[in-house]
Amino acid sequence: MDYFAQQVINGIVLGSIYGLIAIGYTMVYGIVGMINFAHGDIFMIGGFIALISFLVLVSIGLTAIPLILLIVLLVSMAITALYGWTVERIAYRPLRHSFRLAPMLSAIGMSFVLSNFSQVAQGARVKPVPPIITGGYTLLEQNGFAVRLSNAQIVVVVTTIVLLAIFTWLVSRTRLGRDMRACEQDQTMAALLGVDVDRTISMTFVIGAALAAVAGMMYLLYYGLVDFFMGFVAGIKAFTAAVLGGIGSLPGAMLGGLAIGLIETLWSAYFSVEYKDVAAFSILIIVLIFLPTGLLGRPEVEKV
Amino acid sequence: MTPLKLIGLAFGASLLFSTTALAQDITVAVAGPMTGGESAFGRQMRNGAEQAVADFNAAGGLLGKKLALDVEDDACDPKQALSVAEKIGSARIPFVAGHYCSSSSIPASEAYEDGNVLQITPASTATKFTDGKLWNVARVCGRDDQQGPAAAAYIIKAFAGKNVAILNDKTSYGKGLADETKKALNAAGFTEKMFESYNKGDKDFNAIVSRLKLENIDLVYVGGYHQEAGLILRQMRDQGLKTVMMAGDALNDKEFASITGPAAEGTLFTFGPDPRNNPAAKAIVEEFKAKNIDPEGYTLYTYAAMQVWSQAAAKAGSTDAQKVMNVIKAGTWDTVIGNLSFDAKGDIKQNAYVVWKWDANGNAAEINPKGS
Repeated sequence: MDYFAQQVINGIVLGSIYGLIAIGYTMVYGIVGMINFAHGDIFMIGGFIALISFLVLVSIGLTAIPLILLIVLLVSMAITALYGWTVERIAYRPLRHSFRLAPMLSAIGMSFVLSNFSQVAQGARVKPVPPIITGGYTLLEQNGFAVRLSNAQIVVVVTTIVLLAIFTWLVSRTRLGRDMRACEQDQTMAALLGVDVDRTISMTFVIGAALAAVAGMMYLLYYGLVDFFMGFVAGIKAFTAAVLGGIGSLPGAMLGGLAIGLIETLWSAYFSVEYKDVAAFSILIIVLIFLPTGLLGRPEVEKV
Repeated sequence: MTPLKLIGLAFGASLLFSTTALAQDITVAVAGPMTGGESAFGRQMRNGAEQAVADFNAAGGLLGKKLALDVEDDACDPKQALSVAEKIGSARIPFVAGHYCSSSSIPASEAYEDGNVLQITPASTATKFTDGKLWNVARVCGRDDQQGPAAAAYIIKAFAGKNVAILNDKTSYGKGLADETKKALNAAGFTEKMFESYNKGDKDFNAIVSRLKLENIDLVYVGGYHQEAGLILRQMRDQGLKTVMMAGDALNDKEFASITGPAAEGTLFTFGPDPRNNPAAKAIVEEFKAKNIDPEGYTLYTYAAMQVWSQAAAKAGSTDAQKVMNVIKAGTWDTVIGNLSFDAKGDIKQNAYVVWKWDANGNAAEINPKGS
């Protein structure tokens, strides 16, 4: 039981990071109907910006860890959001009325551009940081097995929950959220009713990139390193999470992320570590056979 | 003549010029992971090779010609290593010091054989590399069936009656080393409590760390590379485990300590005796230090690989791979890592693995330096 509890904690933390990235995929799909393959690399950029701003803050002599983390969070969200906006402006908007495959191809191109850009700009080596948040709590101890919850894990989960709350409020209660939902349903009609479609789509990319930046920063805090190729694997996992949860559905993306994180962890805990990806993808396939739109996805209704 | 044709002619002429310029040099290559997770070791190899070429040229070059260095990147990827090897072979480069990852060195060695390239690896320890019995391969490091038993001997002595887990990353190097260590442990009647593998490139090892905790593991032996080992160690400490980690030669770069932070303290690994303490290496170590480079890990091994080849080529009076290899296997070579001689397969006859330990300040040193 205590062992199980420890593994569930491990799984939830991993799943939170997947979920944060997955939201970016699902949001863009919901509104523009394309898979933004560059999103994993936006996440990587977010991690690098968090690293750079962290090092800058430490070198100018800041020592209060909570203050540093807050500034790093805001800076990396802002700058990564700018990347997200630029990518949309350069690579997707000019192709919006082109054939369906065009923006997807340019997304793959953008993914290469971003990862090669940071390879050239930041070097090909892994960038480690010393442990920033240390320590933790022992939740319960039985038969010599202590269930540990580290402070880094608490930070990851709490940040994820707070940001999701803000984000849910943004989508359901604000003018911008209403515009986004309107564009999701019917872009032409939304435009006729005075919604600035271009601006709304831009904002979608900005928000998605900001959440990816949060994930990038959590990744840096939790695992302690970033590299220029980390976007690929994380992107694939998050995309899988988005599909599992039902692509287009926001709570689905988070649920999918948690599911993938838990499946991987629990499989490693009770079976073999080497087949954890096989387990995660097998469950994805089984779910898609019975629920083709994912766990929380809505079937597309043909409007006549 | 139209301007376009003129430009074409100029290009053609410049091409001709550059190939003749190259023909005056002897180009040798160093190949390893210059990018990616293992790039710290690629940098060690590159530093060693660049210094060696500079020193040889300062001493008058080889066979009356200057040496030039070609640096190739395999990113520790077998497919990329193969294409690097084909490129080096078709460029008629007679010698390559490389690669780092055994899973790169092994497939590349066949392409080097086809291309008539002599390959000396400074770092690949997998037994299969020289057991393939290709004529063109040699190594200046040890083998996993020497390294594994050295680790096992230490474990049996220092962790008798304790719980030991063995992990590996399924690569030629990691799996090979873990298997050799397990074999040596079991032969001595020592049974490990857990034998698991993980995927190279993974970042999250919390699930496996919790398993180590459940099994009350005192020592975890990792057959794998430094990045994953560093992350496992960090996540062990985060979960409150005091388990000691032991691994192979792939932990010998300061990047390991910068991944783990102070958690590295007490982590053990096997490596050859520190070549930086070798009196013969003193002058070269100083040269590196003057450039602000610490010749750690495989830096001096790469230097030594270059020395073996250039001394043998000078003696053979040719850079032809077959001739040079025959000379290499017949002689004894004076290098920065000591006197080396080779057996028929291309393994060195002098080799002793010793146990190294990381301290809290991010430095690694032999546990029992010379004489004890």
